[in-house]
Amino acid sequence: MALLNLKDVSVAYGDNVVLKDFNLNIKKGDLVSLLGPSGCGKTTTLRLIGGFIQANKGKFIFNDKDYTKVPVHKREFGFVFQSYALFPHLSVFDNVAFGLKLRKTPKGEIKKRVMEMLDIVGLADYSKRYPKELSGGQRQRVALARALVIKPDLLLLDEPLSNLDAKLRVKMRVGIRKIQKELNITTVYVTHDQEECFSISDKVAVMNEGVIEHLDTPQNIYDNPKTEFVANFVGFENFIDLSLQSKNEDISTYNSKNGRVFKVKSTNINSNKETIKGAIRPEEIKIVNKGGDNKDENTLDGIVGISTFLGKEYQYMVDTEVGKLLVNGNTNKRYKEGEKVKLYLPKEKMVLV
Amino acid sequence: MNTKSRFLTIFSVLVYTFLIFPLVIITAAAFGANDYLKFPPEGFSFKWVANIFEVEMFIRTFKISIEIAVFGTFLALLIGIPAAYILSRYQFKGRNFLQGLFLSPVLIPAIVFGFSLLKFLIIKMQFPVYTSLLIGHTVVILPYIIRVISSSLESFDYSIEEAAVSLGAGRIKTFFIIVLPNITSGVIAAFILAFINSFNNVPISIFLTGPGVSTLPIQMMSYVEYYFDPTIAALSVILMLMTAILMFIIERTLGLSFFTK
Ligand SMILES: Nc1ncnc2c1ncn2[C@@H]1O[C@H](COP(=O)(O)OP(=O)(O)OP(=O)(O)O)[C@@H](O)[C@H]1O
Ligand SMILES: [Mg+2]
Repeated sequence: MALLNLKDVSVAYGDNVVLKDFNLNIKKGDLVSLLGPSGCGKTTTLRLIGGFIQANKGKFIFNDKDYTKVPVHKREFGFVFQSYALFPHLSVFDNVAFGLKLRKTPKGEIKKRVMEMLDIVGLADYSKRYPKELSGGQRQRVALARALVIKPDLLLLDEPLSNLDAKLRVKMRVGIRKIQKELNITTVYVTHDQEECFSISDKVAVMNEGVIEHLDTPQNIYDNPKTEFVANFVGFENFIDLSLQSKNEDISTYNSKNGRVFKVKSTNINSNKETIKGAIRPEEIKIVNKGGDNKDENTLDGIVGISTFLGKEYQYMVDTEVGKLLVNGNTNKRYKEGEKVKLYLPKEKMVLV
Repeated sequence: MNTKSRFLTIFSVLVYTFLIFPLVIITAAAFGANDYLKFPPEGFSFKWVANIFEVEMFIRTFKISIEIAVFGTFLALLIGIPAAYILSRYQFKGRNFLQGLFLSPVLIPAIVFGFSLLKFLIIKMQFPVYTSLLIGHTVVILPYIIRVISSSLESFDYSIEEAAVSLGAGRIKTFFIIVLPNITSGVIAAFILAFINSFNNVPISIFLTGPGVSTLPIQMMSYVEYYFDPTIAALSVILMLMTAILMFIIERTLGLSFFTK
């Protein structure tokens, strides 16, 4: 059974409908990320779960109880804000102790639990400081400790790392994941950083315009995205129109517009439509020398256009019979503009959406 | 130095001269030995300062002015802080109307406002003079309170309040334990500003004073109608000093830039 369950929820700001018939299930102990472009409704979803905004329609079930109308301060959810939102007039200790004091926890226990939590986030020596005397990363950890010390039933994080520099982001996300697993706390994590989200989540929900397009494990989303939007979002930058020839259990056959034959793995077919898009990442397309390979299956002829240097590889814009494709090639050889090449699109790397 | 900045310098000097020169005259006269306002004064004496305390009306109205300013400011804070909070944190129908209503005393000429208060409070409602004076002052300083409190609320991140609520504090509790402690400097500034405004007010008070109930500025005005000695100059110097001290406190708590931004 799911711990958290949003059922056909709709949220609108005035006339602007942000979430429409939105559904989300989260299992106890899971860290689920909401991933998507700016403005797709991630924060809105999180604030809805937190109780800061009300749904116009639908239900929010938590732990088998109807939470739709429960006010924020009765929900027992920990919330970490993008701006950290520490209490400026309270010391680190008092910031973290805030929730416990409201719960009338005995003094001795407050002290013990706060210091334990500060220890976990590595700030035991900073308990007397004030928020303005801390660095961004330290503030973020205080915010995390403050939300966690009340042993919340659910932890909600809204882009908690977006104000930190790249190195610290990596360090902190590992920290968050570690604490989350140690305390076995169900977590909803909002981010628009793909790598961050894939690296720490049990499940990822890719959102687009107020709808979850694909909810799955990071691996499945990365390898086999269910929709064109998700494919594009996770780096499948090439799309080729294909039409079905024959479908088999293992391998199916499609034709491109210019009559080339494409074989694909049937498990990678995510739509039953007759005409469909074959998606592939630039780094999965192989450049093979013209005439080097006799088999015409899964190949396209093209002419090299502009190229850019990515560090590990070169990236070429190749003009083919079915349109322009982005193709990565290794640094042993740089193809020149105007050079004719043959592209090979491996069948297990193509996804049909 | 180019022509433009030279012109600016001359201009500023002129402006400051016009602002400061009368104050210099008053101050000099206050400590002069002449029996009438004269500049430059002949001799030096504290007798006019001492004379302030001889005029019983000054002492009495000073007390009333202080009372009205303190109570009025407290009342205005009591109304103004929640009003400013609601206006800056909630979106609702009629919000703009309310905002306009609260700020209207600054927009309406004070003398018109004073006259309407006289008509309404004393003539129509038959309130005692003292009560009317208090109400009038409260209303007229409310906009200052709301302005100052609103601007300190604006610079206070709303998500800090949401954090408190998410940790289990109700909205009202959050206001008292999180919001209020963080806007104290705004409250102090609002208090002082409102106090100065009330204490110096003439156009409202002039309509709302009556037998036995008057404020210091009104009393000073009637004094100069009959006497020409420098007592008023001495009193003015003391009032200027008082205002300067209060402004200094604001400068220390908030910085004067708080009002110009
Ligand atoms: N308070 C509000 N009033 C009106 N519209 C809002 C409000 N908050 C958000 N919106 C709109 O709702 C939509 C979703 O906003 P939301 O903040 O949920 O996006 P997001 O996915 O969190 O984006 P980002 O990655 O930029 O934070 C946006 O189109 C936004 O303009
Ligand atoms: Mg957001």
